[in-house]
Amino acid sequence: MHEMSLMQSVLEIVEEASRGFTKVKKVFLEIGALSGVDPQAMDFCFDVVMRDTLAEGATLEIIRKPGEGWCMQCSKRVDVSERYDPCPWCGSYQIQVTGGEEMRVKEIEVE
Amino acid sequence: MCTVCGCGGGKYEKFGGSRSREANRLVKVEQDILAKNDAHAERNRAWLKARNILALNLVSSPGSGKTTLLAKTIEEIRGRKSVSVIEGDQQTSFDADRIRQAGAPAIQINTGKGCHLDAKMVGDAMMKLDPGENSLLLIENVGNLVCPASFDLGEACKVAILSVTEGEDKPMKYPDMFHAAKVMVLNKIDLLPHLDFEVEKCIDYARRVNPEILVIQLSARTGEGLQGWMDWMEGMI
Repeated sequence: MHEMSLMQSVLEIVEEASRGFTKVKKVFLEIGALSGVDPQAMDFCFDVVMRDTLAEGATLEIIRKPGEGWCMQCSKRVDVSERYDPCPWCGSYQIQVTGGEEMRVKEIEVE
Repeated sequence: MCTVCGCGGGKYEKFGGSRSREANRLVKVEQDILAKNDAHAERNRAWLKARNILALNLVSSPGSGKTTLLAKTIEEIRGRKSVSVIEGDQQTSFDADRIRQAGAPAIQINTGKGCHLDAKMVGDAMMKLDPGENSLLLIENVGNLVCPASFDLGEACKVAILSVTEGEDKPMKYPDMFHAAKVMVLNKIDLLPHLDFEVEKCIDYARRVNPEILVIQLSARTGEGLQGWMDWMEGMI
């Protein structure tokens, strides 16, 4: 349920970035597969949190970023869909996550 | 032609260090959602470092025995180190009351509907609590194995407490938390004879999500294994 408080932070960032404009029409978020955030829950919270703000009625666009890592044992780049995934090449769990932890407001469409 | 992206026209204006384009009115933001929390966390960390205070963020599901472990820790360390505690719960001050009875100053944060502590709440509580130099600050997060994983409070590290009654698969079911923690305390080991809990399997699961995780087995109630926890903490100090 921390999606609600994350969305509050999104609103603060959006309000700051949209200063001088009259309406926010679209918000683009980048959410990594390993960020611990449920995009559906974000979607649900979006409308509630944006109500009575410049972004009321705006569309939420979530750009999913896949999880990826570096296997420390075999020195290869690997796809990581879950934190407990072993390296598909050598079976080791010594994987340094290098991508997929993003939680960012990427851009906003305004008028 | 514009020199930014090569498009045919449009008016550009500088906007808060980034560009906005009149044509489709896209404003680049590129800001981490948790940036504000992380900034508060860094302020907390600097404040703690300047006073040489070790802060630990204790995370677990409800009922894992965090408060009992804290009370025991306070008893054990009394006279050698001053300890203060920040307690996070949705409601009531039961835990802060228990900690005060154990002999340490404590402040209770009620998060209301919130499911985790954030760095600003902890920063405000630190100012009120005003822990002394060279002391130990224990932060008991809201009982929840999901949300507190994402929020840096400015602590030295997260300690995940798992009681053996919860089942050995929890590190795999809640991987973000066990990935974020430096230590896993396996609590209530006095109950192991009555359970099917497989300790080795649990440790194996935890190491799948976090190969570096340190495991300390203890029973806060009987005191078994408590010395290992105290030794680790004193090593951190």
